[in-house]
Amino acid sequence: MNRTPQQNTTNRVVRVVSEGGSWIVRLVEALFQTTWRLRTYLLKRVFSSLLSVLGVAVLTFSMLHLIPGDPVENLLGEDARPQDKIELRRCMDLDQTLPVQFGRFLKSIGDGTLGYSCPDRKTTVMQRLAQALPHTVKLAMCSMTLALSLALPLGIFAALKARTKWDAALTVVALLGISLPSMWLGPMLLYVFHALLQWMPGPGEEVGTLASLFLPSVMLGTHLLAMLARMTRSSLLDTLHEDYVRTARAKGLPAWKVVLKHAMRNALLPVITVAGMQFGALLAGAVVTEKVFGLPGLGTTLLDAISQRDYRVVQGVTLVVAVMYVGLNLLVDVLYAAVDPRIRA
Amino acid sequence: MTGPGDKTRWTLPALGGAAYVGAGLLLVFVLMGLVGPWLLGGSPTAQNLDHLLEGPSRAHLLGTDENGCDVLTELCHGARLLLGLCVSVVSLCLFLGLLLGVSAGYLGGLWDELVMRVIDVLLAFPGILLNIAIVAVTPKAGVGVLIFALAVNGWVGYARVARGQVLRVREQEFVLAAQALGCSPLRIMWRHILPNILSPIIVQATFGLAGVVLVEASLSFLGLGPQVPYTWGALLSQGTSSFWRAQHLLLAPGLSIALLVLGCNLLGDGLRDYVDPKRKRSA
Repeated sequence: MNRTPQQNTTNRVVRVVSEGGSWIVRLVEALFQTTWRLRTYLLKRVFSSLLSVLGVAVLTFSMLHLIPGDPVENLLGEDARPQDKIELRRCMDLDQTLPVQFGRFLKSIGDGTLGYSCPDRKTTVMQRLAQALPHTVKLAMCSMTLALSLALPLGIFAALKARTKWDAALTVVALLGISLPSMWLGPMLLYVFHALLQWMPGPGEEVGTLASLFLPSVMLGTHLLAMLARMTRSSLLDTLHEDYVRTARAKGLPAWKVVLKHAMRNALLPVITVAGMQFGALLAGAVVTEKVFGLPGLGTTLLDAISQRDYRVVQGVTLVVAVMYVGLNLLVDVLYAAVDPRIRA
Repeated sequence: MTGPGDKTRWTLPALGGAAYVGAGLLLVFVLMGLVGPWLLGGSPTAQNLDHLLEGPSRAHLLGTDENGCDVLTELCHGARLLLGLCVSVVSLCLFLGLLLGVSAGYLGGLWDELVMRVIDVLLAFPGILLNIAIVAVTPKAGVGVLIFALAVNGWVGYARVARGQVLRVREQEFVLAAQALGCSPLRIMWRHILPNILSPIIVQATFGLAGVVLVEASLSFLGLGPQVPYTWGALLSQGTSSFWRAQHLLLAPGLSIALLVLGCNLLGDGLRDYVDPKRKRSA
């Protein structure tokens, strides 16, 4: 068996060419099968997501209509003119039967207006939400960036230093981060960084700038940061015990390569999943944050609508957040399935 | 041999120090709620207009707020209210979650499908938003409404855990044996399955407690709470508005909430490791 390297290569080329036909067929087959399987998986997931959104629509609708109490009485007070009451009742479709109301509600979802604000009928709910949404999304994205960019290094560090003083200290800090109520953290941040040090703009100042988003992002992101750091740590610790990590170490790879390229790649999956799912929670958590910092986002719109008893806006905010939440979950699932073939089987 | 199931000798379970610290914090909270108001005697809404926004002193250990109410008294009465809220919400959620989760897991079929769909819908958007919306559209706010709002989606977590556990236990021999002996499904679920799935549920409930505290605080902070001036969330909100004049007002309720939630988390972590030792290596 004395072959020169050249012979070896020639042999391999010959083999590949001769088997090439069946190879290509097999490859095409596999690709086709994968996309086809992925497609049924996709269809299934899209269908169940739509079902969830429909469920949320039904839920918000029934919440509005089945909970005792007359919204018109709430809105106008008991001693309002009967004429106004009738007018408002008509505007809110309350003079119709429940099925008709539900139909109109679905229709307002279908044409993208989400209905008109009552009683003036000038702006659609969608217009109001479209104004507010960018602020909230920006805030949520900043918080997510902040949380991920700190949680990953801290989690990796804690996992590598597992069962040392460093690890213990980080565990305690993470626990504190999970336990601190954000509506306490926010005002404290304002006190320290705005009032005492005067580094950051105060509530309602310089709206839209990055600086004005920093403290709110810290307030909103701390809980997530602590959670993700804990997850990264435990997930990485799990993978560090795997055989392929030992193999990577045994073949002499530098330590950072073993951790970042071999272990982290697998350890990241659950972390990314949770991060994706938590993005929706950030949108909801923004309600408190926006109140503390006077930001004109979805949360402020929601609170205003609640105090004005404009139920359609309440309904609209719930629905929009639900759609984004479901959409993100869908996206995460699809990405997951694209990365990990075990899931779509 | 002493193990978790041994009833003849009662020893402290080896939960680890942190969990006992957590249990201690929870105990302090419970005592605060049960005994605190009685010990202090005063009314949480008794106003003393000569002493507004005062710092901690001998007469008022945690100072007074902008109405001249004693903060410590308010905190203790708030703890009592919160304790009642926690107990009622968690037990209601436990009841609903176990009922639906266990039955869905054991009976399967159409019922399972239905329960899972409802769970999917409730998980399709952030829970706090649903809580806010329910409280907002209810004309009369109060503790009852808050309990209802928190229970509407609170049971979901328990139901999912319970269902998962039932699926694990359902095919085991002791269930098959009970079925072969002709036990009714109700009896199997109650006497054979339930005791075997309780531990992860208890862990879940410990974390759920922290969730109730935080959600109540958020809702009260937004002015959507039970409209009682001395719930912890309301105190926090009040502390924020008068923060520039008196910092201690934000510190007291903030730290109380943080310590209580920390206690729940510590105990929950410890219990989880105890129940599922496999996690200990990583968690």
